Amino acid sequence: MTEISTLTVTALRFGFLLVLWILIFSIVSAMRRDLVIGRKTKVGAPSSRQARKHPELVDTPPPAKQQAHQLVVTDGALAGTTLELASSPILLGRAQEATLVLDDDYASGRHARLFPQGSRWFIEDLGSTNGTFLADQPLTRALPVELGVPIRIGKTVIELRP
Amino acid sequence: MSQIETVPKPRRLVEFFLLILALGIGVFANALVNINMQKPFDSDFYVQAGVMTVLAFAMHISLHIRAKYADPVILPIVVALNGIGLAMIHRLDIASGDNAGQRQWVWTSVAVVCSMLVIWLLRDHRILRRFTYISLIVSGLLLIMPLVPGLGAGDINGASVWVKIGSSSFQPGEIAKITLAIFFAGYLSSNRDLIMLAGRKVGRLQLPRVRDLGPMIIAWLASIGVLIFQHDLGSSVLFFGLFMVMIYVATSRISWVVIGLVLLVVGGLVSAKVFTHVGLRIDSWWNAFNPDVFVRSPGGSGQIVQGLFGMANGGMLGTGLGLGRPDIVPFSNSDMIVAALGEELGMVGLFAIVLLYLLLVTRGFRAALGTRDSFGKLLACGLAFAIALQCFVIIGGVTRLIPLTGLTTPFMAAGGSSLLANWIIVALLLKISDAARRPANTVPEPDSIAPDTGTGNGGATATNNSFNNPTQAVKAL
Repeated sequence: MTEISTLTVTALRFGFLLVLWILIFSIVSAMRRDLVIGRKTKVGAPSSRQARKHPELVDTPPPAKQQAHQLVVTDGALAGTTLELASSPILLGRAQEATLVLDDDYASGRHARLFPQGSRWFIEDLGSTNGTFLADQPLTRALPVELGVPIRIGKTVIELRP
Repeated sequence: MSQIETVPKPRRLVEFFLLILALGIGVFANALVNINMQKPFDSDFYVQAGVMTVLAFAMHISLHIRAKYADPVILPIVVALNGIGLAMIHRLDIASGDNAGQRQWVWTSVAVVCSMLVIWLLRDHRILRRFTYISLIVSGLLLIMPLVPGLGAGDINGASVWVKIGSSSFQPGEIAKITLAIFFAGYLSSNRDLIMLAGRKVGRLQLPRVRDLGPMIIAWLASIGVLIFQHDLGSSVLFFGLFMVMIYVATSRISWVVIGLVLLVVGGLVSAKVFTHVGLRIDSWWNAFNPDVFVRSPGGSGQIVQGLFGMANGGMLGTGLGLGRPDIVPFSNSDMIVAALGEELGMVGLFAIVLLYLLLVTRGFRAALGTRDSFGKLLACGLAFAIALQCFVIIGGVTRLIPLTGLTTPFMAAGGSSLLANWIIVALLLKISDAARRPANTVPEPDSIAPDTGTGNGGATATNNSFNNPTQAVKAL
């Protein structure tokens, strides 16, 4: 094997480090085109070319979700009653300490609980005798409540309104 | 858990070009070693370059056929890291007369072939969810294997984590980290709601119920068991960290992290008192430059300090591959390979390598953000984090940020089991990223019902669906 000059060795040494960093910059620049964060944000919005090729990316955004601010009793003895929602949980039942005291023979004393978690409300059955129904499905665990979805407790039906 | 949309594009061509660059780095590194160490370019060099190229492109073509939308940068990163590792092991072999390089070549081939098999045989990563509890049992068996008399290879370098297979030894704990990740992902994705909503609040922390703590206790016991019976501090930290991160990702409850850290600190303090090897590790980290500690025979700091001296010798730009003396450091081709690379490639080179790991991990998290099912999200997150934690523990140990523990540097360190496990992890990440980036309408959804088929908006489907997607609700604020 022929002797290689110090200059070549040094050049190769730096050359290797250079190639290593070229790889990193190529990877980052390949990723740059991939960093589309959500379809609605400005930074990641698809370019007009992408939009032409993939029209499904630029569909109109769904109407913004609204937060529930009111609880309305739509059916039962208390029909018409409204309750402003704050950030504290609400106890539903016949017991006097309940937030909404239900005048309903089919409701238990402590029937169900509505509680906020993040930006949404969840309903949880507290082991009532006759059960709680969210959109006509009996509750088996805490579930999020969408606006306008009826919650039935005995003969009382309540729903959340914006 | 959030989800990110992306333009569906296969981008296999990008991968092709990056792969050429990555292969070039591996071959360049090997060539530099030969040039600088006055070794002739024998047939080994060309055969190895050829084998690596064939393996990498076989993987590339497999992806093209089976996972067309997989992330284009994961494979080149891994090939580059593996290539640099092989060159370094080859270089240390020349200095020490060992033949770890040959073994590493064989293991690399086996690992890439296994990884390809995963790509070919695993139609959808969600299938793995069916094996949630089987994975738990398999993990248990894998962790117990080294302790079974006749099967275990006994105590090697202070840890009994190896089993004998024929003439070679294998570390089943490396595979256990994959099966454990599958178990945690499957368990947490099914029981997430329960763990999240039950429990009472104390101040700002929402404490979990005691019975939901069950798996946490199991994970803690498993990692403590690994520490007690196998004397393997690194794996113990890895398993526990993996579980903690996955449960945090699943529930976004800081209380779990607090409980986990408390358990970890308690476990760590007790084990430092009870087990001499842990105590010695911590002492040799804290008092590394004490001459008594430096020369102490079991559990001295000689290895770490030699590594630090090596890296100092390398300086900013390094001595050049094959021109330093990284072979002075004990275990320089496995535990201390980062120090060897730091010495010969310098800080500039070592940072490039750390950055490659970082990019790999971010791609894993990106796959987790993009995929549509919570099992895939958790699995990708867990696997990517396992790589990240491994890098942190070993690079942190070598640079004396934390006590040195015996974890392997992913894809680089000599050691077949780790290489195999990490290549399988890469295959899984590629598979999940394929599911994440594939256009939504072509995704087969065997486990879940198609979202919003136009009928009711109530019912379990719709609620579950929006439940997995809290970002939208947050955005509406």
